Parts: sequence; C-alpha cells; structure tokens
Amino acid sequence: MSARASSAPLVDRVLPIAATFAMLAALWCVFVYAPNERMQGAVQRIFYFHVNAAWAAFLGFFVAAGASALFLWRGRVEHDRMAVAAVEVGMLFCTMVLVTGPIWARPIWGAWWTWDPRLTMTVILWTIYAVYLVLRSSAREDPQIARYAAVLAVIGVLDVPLIQVSVRLWRGIHPSVISAPANKGGLEDPRMVVALLVTMVAFLLLFVWLLRLRYDGLRLRDALQRLEDRLGEVAR
Amino acid sequence: MSAAWRILHKDLVLELRTREALSGLVVLMLLVLLTFTFAMDPEGAGNAAPAVQWVTFVFAGLMAIQRGFLLERENGAWYGLLLCPVDRGAIFVAKMASNVIVLGLAQLVLMVLLTVLLGASVLAAPAAMIFVNFLGLVGFAALATLFAAISVRLRAREMMLPLLVLPLLVPLVICAVEASRVVMSGGSLASAGAWLRVLATFDVIFSVAGWMMFEQLVQE
Repeated sequence: MSARASSAPLVDRVLPIAATFAMLAALWCVFVYAPNERMQGAVQRIFYFHVNAAWAAFLGFFVAAGASALFLWRGRVEHDRMAVAAVEVGMLFCTMVLVTGPIWARPIWGAWWTWDPRLTMTVILWTIYAVYLVLRSSAREDPQIARYAAVLAVIGVLDVPLIQVSVRLWRGIHPSVISAPANKGGLEDPRMVVALLVTMVAFLLLFVWLLRLRYDGLRLRDALQRLEDRLGEVAR
Repeated sequence: MSAAWRILHKDLVLELRTREALSGLVVLMLLVLLTFTFAMDPEGAGNAAPAVQWVTFVFAGLMAIQRGFLLERENGAWYGLLLCPVDRGAIFVAKMASNVIVLGLAQLVLMVLLTVLLGASVLAAPAAMIFVNFLGLVGFAALATLFAAISVRLRAREMMLPLLVLPLLVPLVICAVEASRVVMSGGSLASAGAWLRVLATFDVIFSVAGWMMFEQLVQE
C-alpha cells in the first residue's frame, strides 16, 4: 500500500494536466491551425476526433482481451479490474465513433448510416462489449462472473477477424448504394497531419487517464466491499 | 473420450425416451416460420428463404440448447456430472455433440417446412445443402453450448443467452445465409467457397476454444 502511495500520485497528478493541455492543443489544431478541406469543408474536421476515438476504442478492447486472458491464466483480481476498466473506456470511445460517424456521413454521403464494412464491424464490436457490461452488471455478487466475462472478452477477440472477413465479403457481393468518396482519409495538407497527430496524443493521454481512474475506482469499490463485509461481521 | 461418449449416450437416451427437446424444437421452428410468413408477402417469401431458415434455426436452437443445460440443474444432476473424475473438456464435447445431433434432426424438419411453406428449392443440390447446414450447425452449437453453461447460472438466463451469443454469431449468420442462398439457387459448392471457408474456420476456432475454455466456466 505504501509503495503505491509514493509512486501513484505523481502519475495521477501529471496525467490530468497533460491530458487537458494536449486536448486544448488538439482543439486549437483541429479548429484553427488545420485548413478547411477543399471538397468537404468544415465537416471534415470531425475526422480528427472520429479516427482517434476509433483507435482508442480498439486499444481499449485489445487491452481488455489481453487482461482477460491473463486473468483466466493467473486468476489475479488486478487483471480482471484492468479488463473491466478497459472495456468501459473502450465503449466510451466506440460510442464516440458511432456518434461522430453519422454526423459526418449525413452531409457527405447523404445518409446517416450505410452498411460499409467498417461501420458494420464497429457496431458489432459495440454490441459485443455492451453485452460484456450487461453481463457484469447482471450478477455483480456472483463470484464466478469475472471468469464468465473474461471468457466473453477472449471469445470476442477471436471473433474479430471472422467478423471482418465476413462483413467484407457480404458488402463485396451487394453493390454499395453510396460510393465512398474518392479522397477519404487523404490528407493533402501537412497541417492536417500535424492536427491528426496532436489529437492522437491527446486521445492517448485521455485514454490512459480514464483507464487509471476507472481502475482505481474499481479497486476502491472492492476495498469498500471488504470493509463493509468486515463491519457486518463485527456488528453480528 | 469414452467419458464424452457416455455422457452423450446418456443425453441421447434421455432424449429418445422423452422426445421433449426435439418435439418442442420442431413446433417452435414451425411457429417462427409461420410468424415470418405472416409478416412478409407470402408470394415473395421464397427469396427470403435462406434468411428465414437461419434466423428460425438460431432462435429455436438457442431455446433448445438452454433447455438442455437447465435439465441438468434439476436434482443436482449437474453437480454429479462435475464430480465425476472426467476431463471437463469431455463434458463440453458430449454436450456439443448431443446438441449437434438434436439440432441436426430439427434442421431436416426445417428443410421440409421451408420447401412446403415457402417453396424454397432446398432440393436443388441436396448434398451441398446438407453440407452448408452442417457447417452452420457445428459453429452455432459450439458457441451456444459454451455460453449456455454461463447463462444457466445467471438470474436473467432467458435473456442472457441470446445477448451473449447473437453478436458473436454475426459472421456465422452472414456466411450461412449467403451459402444457403447460393445452394438454393442451384449454385455449386465451389461458387459458395468463400462463405464456406469462413464457416469452416468459425467452426474450428470456436469448437477448440469452447473445448479449452469450458473448464473455466464450470468451476464451482
């Protein structure tokens, strides 16, 4: 406990400040520094948040699967907490992807939603991890629930390549109603690349910060539970 | 292996004497199929046959597999099974095999129902149709058997099994529907090759993963 107390606060003090400043810098880069996109205009600026949120979401799910596999192997509660925290933060960013995507797609593609492979893939991933959270909250007292959830996280990651291949094949056979814009993702101005990279750093810092916050929150919840249990024993 | 065989034998004898699972499953499939037909234009329903086939199969199948595990919980039969000095993987193999057999028989009935009620041409290439059905069946049974072991332990079990399995089944449903479509329209197995490869990969990955991970789910 004392070893944690001496090392953790420094990171926890630096991270929020670093993330805040990085996010302010990212906002400036995205809205002031980066030029307007020629074809799409101002709407394109949502791209910087959308893409980085997608990477943060994938990172979260990847961390969750790794932590879950470790938990199944070693059975240490720390890995389970890390998995829950990573799924929660990953879901936050995944939701952000699914919200920013349609906002961009409506003026550019003329539809809120298309069954583009990447969109389909993202929404399926979202449902898998939404179920993970439902499963966890459905039986919080069950001591086995951590193991069930870990199996789901590992199976979910095994499923990802299959989802990707099948969704590609599926859309490859059906003609796409709305053709993808020719210059999607093409960053023609170096300032756009700078804005993307700065936003990426900001999102990464935010990701790590939120992950630590949730991890600590779960650790404290468990500690509180132990105290309450002991209090109950004493009272009896 | 002999342990798996004995558990499978027990399940099959139980099913043979009661015929509860199969009769319930067949009636449920008929009802889902009828509901589909009422919801669609019956004349054009033949085109939707592959989709109807797999949605019907998945929903009725989930019920049947869940029921198989609930049965074990009566009179503590499940604990008896777990107390047996056998590899837990063998229990998974036996449960999955008995699900494959019961659901496979139900699939044959479903083929007849699709032909009669929707005019689907399941006999365009019978061998190919059976092959597609089998590939879809194995992957489904693997995932559903694994997660039924979780859901029977939960309070909201009726809701949790579909929630757990349906998102993970997306690749299987996509590929099985498309492969069925190819075969029903008279195409050869080779022209459904891409779909069948994904289905076969799905089957292998989740059969092995289920066999390896089942032990994690049944620790008491």
